[in-house]
Amino acid sequence: MRLVDEFRDAEAVAGLREAIARRLSRPAKIMEVCGTHTMAIARAGVRQLLPPTVSLISGPGCPVCVTAQGEIDAFLALGECPGVVLASFGDMLRVPGSTGSLETLKARGTETRVVYSPMDAVRLAAASPEKEVVFFGIGFETTVPTVAAALLEACRLGLRNFSVLSAHKRVPPALAALATDPELAVDGFLLPGHVSVILGLEPYRFLAEQHQIPCAIAGFEVTDILEGILHLVTQIADGRAALANQYPRVVRPEGNPTARALMERVFTPTDAVWRGIGPIAASGLALRPEFAPWDARQKFALDWDRFANVPEPPACRCGDILKGIASPHDCPLFGRGCTPARPIGPCMVSSEGTCAAYYRYQIG
Amino acid sequence: MCLAVPMQVKRVEGHDAVVEQAGAALNIRTDLLDEVAAGDYVLVHAGYAIQRVDEDEARETLALLRMFGIDTQTGQTTDATG
Ligand code: SF4
Repeated sequence: MRLVDEFRDAEAVAGLREAIARRLSRPAKIMEVCGTHTMAIARAGVRQLLPPTVSLISGPGCPVCVTAQGEIDAFLALGECPGVVLASFGDMLRVPGSTGSLETLKARGTETRVVYSPMDAVRLAAASPEKEVVFFGIGFETTVPTVAAALLEACRLGLRNFSVLSAHKRVPPALAALATDPELAVDGFLLPGHVSVILGLEPYRFLAEQHQIPCAIAGFEVTDILEGILHLVTQIADGRAALANQYPRVVRPEGNPTARALMERVFTPTDAVWRGIGPIAASGLALRPEFAPWDARQKFALDWDRFANVPEPPACRCGDILKGIASPHDCPLFGRGCTPARPIGPCMVSSEGTCAAYYRYQIG
Repeated sequence: MCLAVPMQVKRVEGHDAVVEQAGAALNIRTDLLDEVAAGDYVLVHAGYAIQRVDEDEARETLALLRMFGIDTQTGQTTDATG
């Protein structure tokens, strides 16, 4: 509430808040699918603005958090190969694998490099021909085209000492899995803004049309988020399901076709394991066979199956939290054994993780 | 980490561009957008322009990100407690 006062549009917030409360007479469960939403909602105190009928649950929208333990282990294992430099987005640095994190490997002498852009990893490979640069491809459809473009640039430059370990995930198949999960029984999806910048509207339509679940794409301001929720509760109250785009200033109906074309040229859908949710058909992305020389799985003959079933830390409830069926307070380690300074699960490491957001903004 | 930050394009050369954000210059790539020109505002994610935005939207989003304690150059949170 304190933070909301800072908004110049406090009046708009009050109006939206009232409209949401008035619209809904029965309880409704709305899932915010995007990690940036999770953070914005926690930061601005959006939950406190909602009537008790609306429960907002956090979904699997933080790419770091849904990366499977085995995928992290596989990447870290590559650090043992001679001459390898492990390049990764900073978000992944402190995420624990089974035997350590990128940060602890670095302390033990493995060469690691945090990059802001996958193109930085390509530049690093170009500048150090004696090294083998392996980039950890994590992230959703927002990030995948950037990795595809960087990889194509590496091909164009004829760089043979650059490869990508793809642990990328696709958002729509995960939503399909969540939509059909009876334990979850979600009444509406608040859809991610920046993933939709790439995807556009089409890939989400099946949620409303086949699964009758109301959907709204929303931006990141408090008014955006509340407007998105108002769209959803209106549909829920009317017993309709449609796909609303509350963020047309940035999300065009067609998305970004150039970015999608690059993504499709380099990657092809494959089955993938999501932390906590488990395997989801066609929810991952593998490099197409013609890019085998740049595919770290093939280049280093990784025994992917060995990594497919690595168990997650036993007491950590990230999985249930990612599915929206538990809150961080249900985890006995929350704030005790597990804090942002000493994270046990990925939901605490990533600033967009639900546990980290709850910890930082002290959500009761 | 799907956050994209609006920035103004200063120079373009092939698929390389220089953008300005918070007074600092940053090299980005334009492979994912057709016809980027100096003066355009673009959303930048992981060093790539992923969409065009108009100036008002760019300003509003930037103000919001700063309020959320997000570094407008990298898209990373700056006020992390851990
Ligand atoms: S508090 Fe830590 S251990 Fe518990 S669910 Fe969250 S990340 Fe996992």
